[in-house]
Amino acid sequence: MATTYFTEDHEWVRVEGDIATVGITDHAQDQLGDLVFVQLPDIGTSLSKGDAAVVVESVKAASDVYAPLDGEVTDVNEATASDPALINSAATSDGWLWKMKLSNTEQLTGLLDEAGYKAIIG
Amino acid sequence: MGTEEQLKSLPLDDLHKTAGARFGGFAGWSMPITYPLGVMKEHLHARENAGLFDISHMQLFDVSGKDSAALLSRACPLDAEALQTGQSKYTFFLDERAGILDDLIVTRLGAEHFMVVANAGNAAADEAHLRGVAKDFDCKIDALDRVFLAIQGPQAADVLHKAGLAGTELAFMHGFEPKPGWFMSRSGYTGEDGFEIGLPAADARVLVNKLFEDERVAWVGLAARDSLRLEAGLCLHGHDITTDFDPVDAGLTWAISKPVREKAGFIGAKTLLEKIASGSLRKRVGLKPDGRQPVRSDTILVDAEGNHIGLVTSGGFGPSAGHPVAMGYVGKEILAASTPIFAEVRGNRIPVHIHSLPFTPHRYHKG
Repeated sequence: MATTYFTEDHEWVRVEGDIATVGITDHAQDQLGDLVFVQLPDIGTSLSKGDAAVVVESVKAASDVYAPLDGEVTDVNEATASDPALINSAATSDGWLWKMKLSNTEQLTGLLDEAGYKAIIG
Repeated sequence: MGTEEQLKSLPLDDLHKTAGARFGGFAGWSMPITYPLGVMKEHLHARENAGLFDISHMQLFDVSGKDSAALLSRACPLDAEALQTGQSKYTFFLDERAGILDDLIVTRLGAEHFMVVANAGNAAADEAHLRGVAKDFDCKIDALDRVFLAIQGPQAADVLHKAGLAGTELAFMHGFEPKPGWFMSRSGYTGEDGFEIGLPAADARVLVNKLFEDERVAWVGLAARDSLRLEAGLCLHGHDITTDFDPVDAGLTWAISKPVREKAGFIGAKTLLEKIASGSLRKRVGLKPDGRQPVRSDTILVDAEGNHIGLVTSGGFGPSAGHPVAMGYVGKEILAASTPIFAEVRGNRIPVHIHSLPFTPHRYHKG
């Protein structure tokens, strides 16, 4: 059974066991506008919470997507690199960015639930 | 850049809010950056249909009086006397070192009457500069309070014609005053055919409502205005041209005619003529990065050994080009030797290639 968490940096994190799938929220893609470039991490990269893991670039600007938790990258969504618009059209499903094996699941308690995230974006 | 509270609102701000625009600060103004259509589709709309831009942040100066042509021929590297009534010309204010204070469009409206269109970010400095130069001349300068709209794209002329506006027969780079308080020219900054119309706010509301009866019209925000002008190879003052660059560096000497050079009566003439004779050590060029990653303004260009050989002054993604597009300055010797060029972006070295400008062919209506 997967549980979905959110961060104040507008990422969603879907956790099944010790594997987390990470993407940006629909609100985030809407704010960024049309995306034209995505730089994904290498599989095997060790990430600490707060590290810049992915760069997404819109027509106008580049933005970092941060690691929401500690862990190691186990998979990346190459489809977003070849078609960045996929993140605009399906941010919370087919537009996921990377999967990571969590090294410290206790960090999950620091994340937001959907209601908490919605309260932030208003 | 001021904080949100200090930004000025456009006269048609409420219309942009109703249209669902997202706003951002630019040159002291709260500007519509994108509309719900999104920057990509807005950009393509201006290339294919008729994009409507609110550029009221830009400044119109009405210059009239006996010496108005003489004033403009002093303030700009321009032969204002030689302009036909109705003719527009791209020109500059230069400082004594021939650095570019601003780039402008000057239109002759009558024997002793001109319109000068200046950039928003330089409006106050331009006014002070022009009034300073005007002390020696018998003429009157009015900084006009107008809504300024641009309608750009292959359908623009037909849209205006169907809306009943006079002036759609103008050739590119020509302008006139269709009615009191109005100024209209066939020009723009997208590389497409189009018009710019300055008019009182009340008239502008009527015109905008009328234009939106035509389904070929859509609002286009500042984000797409920037990608359109970059694809068209047009300079943005403050980025691609500043007082650190003269028209020789920027490859803009085409705008300075031979008689103007011979008369040498404009501010900065001495330095500029010397520079034309000696040439520049750098050149403004189009840059096409390999791959999909945009290379942005202020990115440093290096050679294979990492030596600093140039600078990107504008960069982003070109929706019509379908790839990243950029503009910047590169040393002449690098260009002559065809040295491979790289952009350093977040620790990556992206190969970039010199690309002819514009990236997207101009489609002006030459008449």
